[in-house]
Amino acid sequence: MNCRSEVLEVSVEGRQVEEALLAVLHTVLLHRSTGKFHYKKEGTYSIGTVGTQDVDCDFIDFTYVRVSSDELDRALRKVVGEFQDALRSSGGDGLGQMSLEFYQKKKSRWPFSDECIPWEVWTVKVHVVALATEQERQICREKVGEKLCEKIINIVEVMNRHEYLPKMPTQSEVDNVFDTGLRDVQPYLYKISFQITDALGTSVTTTMRRLIKDTLAL
Amino acid sequence: AMETDLNSQDRKDLDKFIKFFALKTVQVIVQARLGEKICTRSSSSPTGSDWFNLAIKDIPEVTHEAKKALAGQLPAVGRSMCVEISLKTSEGDSMELEIWCLEMNEKCDKEIKVSYTVYNRLSLLLKSLLAITRVTPAYRLSRKQGHEYVILYRIYFGEVQLNGLGEGFQTVRVGTVGTPVGTITLSCAYRINLAFMSTRQFERTPPIMGIIIDHFVDRPYPSSSPMHPCNYRTTGEDTGVTYPSVEDSQEVCTTSFSTSPPSQCVFTVTKAHFQTPTPVVTDTLRVPMAGLAFSHQLSSSRLSYQPAALGVESADLAYPVVFAAGLNATHPHQLMVPGKEGGVPLAPSQPAHGAQADQERLATCSPSDGARCAATPSSSEDTETVSNSSEGRASPHDVLETIFVRKVGAFVNKPINQVTLTSLDIPFAMFAPKNLELEDADPMVNPPDSPETGSPLQGSLHSEGSSRGSSGNTHDDFVMIDFKPAFSKDDILPMDLGTFYREFQNPPQLSSLSIDIGAQSMAEDLDSLPEKLAVHEKNVREFDAFVETLQ
Repeated sequence: MNCRSEVLEVSVEGRQVEEALLAVLHTVLLHRSTGKFHYKKEGTYSIGTVGTQDVDCDFIDFTYVRVSSDELDRALRKVVGEFQDALRSSGGDGLGQMSLEFYQKKKSRWPFSDECIPWEVWTVKVHVVALATEQERQICREKVGEKLCEKIINIVEVMNRHEYLPKMPTQSEVDNVFDTGLRDVQPYLYKISFQITDALGTSVTTTMRRLIKDTLAL
Repeated sequence: AMETDLNSQDRKDLDKFIKFFALKTVQVIVQARLGEKICTRSSSSPTGSDWFNLAIKDIPEVTHEAKKALAGQLPAVGRSMCVEISLKTSEGDSMELEIWCLEMNEKCDKEIKVSYTVYNRLSLLLKSLLAITRVTPAYRLSRKQGHEYVILYRIYFGEVQLNGLGEGFQTVRVGTVGTPVGTITLSCAYRINLAFMSTRQFERTPPIMGIIIDHFVDRPYPSSSPMHPCNYRTTGEDTGVTYPSVEDSQEVCTTSFSTSPPSQCVFTVTKAHFQTPTPVVTDTLRVPMAGLAFSHQLSSSRLSYQPAALGVESADLAYPVVFAAGLNATHPHQLMVPGKEGGVPLAPSQPAHGAQADQERLATCSPSDGARCAATPSSSEDTETVSNSSEGRASPHDVLETIFVRKVGAFVNKPINQVTLTSLDIPFAMFAPKNLELEDADPMVNPPDSPETGSPLQGSLHSEGSSRGSSGNTHDDFVMIDFKPAFSKDDILPMDLGTFYREFQNPPQLSSLSIDIGAQSMAEDLDSLPEKLAVHEKNVREFDAFVETLQ
C-alpha cells in the first residue's frame, strides 16, 4: 500500500505562521478524528460524539473549524510554537516545512520493534515574508485569508476521494490505528515533525524531529 | 430493479440516513450563516441522539422548514434539496449569494456497506461541509451582518435554480458518497460578482404615508417559499427539544420574508419571544421602497429597540431602527445621492425611530442642492410620517432616489464631494469591489522624488513632508465597506474608536512640515544666526553678571 502524500504551500507574514498552520492541521485532523470508541461484549463498538468549534484568526481574515478537544489543540499549538521559534532563530530565508503523518503500527515479534507504516502525509511548506507598511499588512491579512480558503477546499477535495483508510480495528488492535490517549476525541495515530530549509528545500539546521506521540518503540 | 439487491433493513436504514443527513446539512449551512461562531462539545460517551457522531445542534424552526420543503420525500435524481442563501440590504434590495445543493445521481455502488461505510462517509461529508461553509465568500459577509444587511435562507426541493447568482458564479464541491441507490453529491454554487444588479429592474413606488400593518395576512405569493433570516435564534421549543442556548440571551425577533416581485416588498414580521410558542403569527409591514432607509433590524442582539415606532402597541415586535444606510449615525460623511443633474448632492438619512433617534444627525448638505436637505431628524414620537420631513420636499416622487453609502476609506484625503461617483445607481454599491490603486501610484510606497537639497536638515524635512503631501489623490475609488478597528467594541456608543478614527484620519498637514515653509524658516534661522551672535557678544558683560548671581 502506498502512502498518500499531499503538499500545501503558504506564504505568510511572521505573525501569521501559527494561525495558518493551525488552520491547516486542524482541518485535516477534523476529518481524521472520530469519537471515542467504546467496545462492547459482542465485538461491536459504539462511537462517541465529536463537537466542533469555530476559531477566528487574529492576524488573518479567516475562520477555521476544529474538533472540540482542548488537549488536541494544545498539542498542536505546542509543536507549531516550536516551529515558529525555530524559524525565527534560524536566521535563514524564512523557509520551513511541517509534516503531519498518519500511520499504523504493525506489531512485530520480539526482538523486532513495531513498525510504523505511514498511510497519509500532509506537508505544509511555509515561506515567511517581511512587510514594511501597514497597508501591505492589511492586504496580506486578506490575501492570506483567501489563500487559506483555497487550501481548505484542497484538503476537503483529498478527503472526499475516499482512498485508503485503515480498517476499523478490533479492541485489541485499536491502539495500532488510533490515538486513544485523548479524553474526548480519537484521531488516527499521527506524528508531526518539521524542518527549517533553505531555498532548495534541504535542511540547513539540525532536523528537529518532534514526535507528539510515542512512535519509535525501542 | 436496482433496489432488489438491497435488503429491506438496509434500505430502511439508508433512507433514514439520507433523511437525517439532509436535515443536518441544512442545520450546518444555516448555522454557519447566523453571523456568530458555533461551538459544540465533544462527548466521549455516546448519547445516542447525535447523528453521524457529530454534535450538530438542531434549531427547531430550521428543521421545521427543511421538513416542510422535503414533504416526506428524499433527494433523488432530478429532485434535489437546495438551501439558498441571500442577502437583503436595509433598503430592501436582495441578492442571492449561494445555493447549496444536495443531489442524487444514478451512479450506484452496490458493494458498499450501508450501515457502516455509508454512515461513516456521510459523517465525513458533514465535517467537510462544516469546513467549507467557513470558506465561501458569504461566510465573512454573514459574520458582519446586522447593521446594513441581513442574511436569509430559503429551502426548496426540486430543480436547482442557479440563475440568480449572476454571471461567472463558481462552484465548490463539498463531497460525494456512493450508496446502493445512487451517489449523494453536496456542492455549493456561489456568486462572486457582488456588484451585480438584479435583472429585475428595481421599481420605485411612492412612499406610503403611514404604515399599514395587517395581522395574519396570508402570504400573497404562495408559490415561492418564504425566506428566513439566518440570525434567528430561539430557545426551547414546545416540541420538547431543548439544547443549550447558543449565545447570550437575546430578544428574539423572527422575521419571515416573502420573496417579492419588483413592485412591492412585503415584510412580514413574526412575533416571537421566549415564552411564546412556535411563531406562527405574522404581521405584515408594507414598507415603501427607495428613499426610505427604513428597514428591519432583524437581529436585536446588540441594539435594543423601543417598539414605540409605527404606532404599534405590541411590545414584542422588535423594531427596525433606521439605517442611514446603516452606518454610524454620527459620521458626517455618510450619504451620497446622485441628483438628477448628475451632481453629487448629499441627502439626509431618514428619520430615525427608536433608540437611535436622538443621535441621528443628518449629513451635511451641499448648498447647491437646497431642495434635498432635511435638517431635522424626526423624534421618536413622530411615527406616522415616514417621509423626509423637510419643507423642501415637494412631492413624494422626490424621494425616489438611491440612497446608499459611500464610506471614505482609510488614506483618502479627498473630500467627498469631489469624489466622482460613476455607477451610483446600482443597489449594492456598497459592495462594489474596492479599486485599490496600483502600488506604484501609492505615494506611501513610492514617495515622490525629492528635489536637490542643500543641507541635510532640509533633506530630512522633505522626506517627512512628502509622505503626507499627495496622499489620497490617487485613492478616489477606494471604498471601504466596513471599518472595524481592532479591539474596539461595536459601534453602539456615539463616539467610539471607529468613529474617532474616521473623523480624525485626515488631519491637515502641519505647516512647519511643508517643504517650502520649513525650508524657508530654516534658511532664515541660519541666516540670522551671525546677527544674533553679534548682539549677544555685545551684551556679554551682562550675561557674565547674571551667571555670577546664580553661583
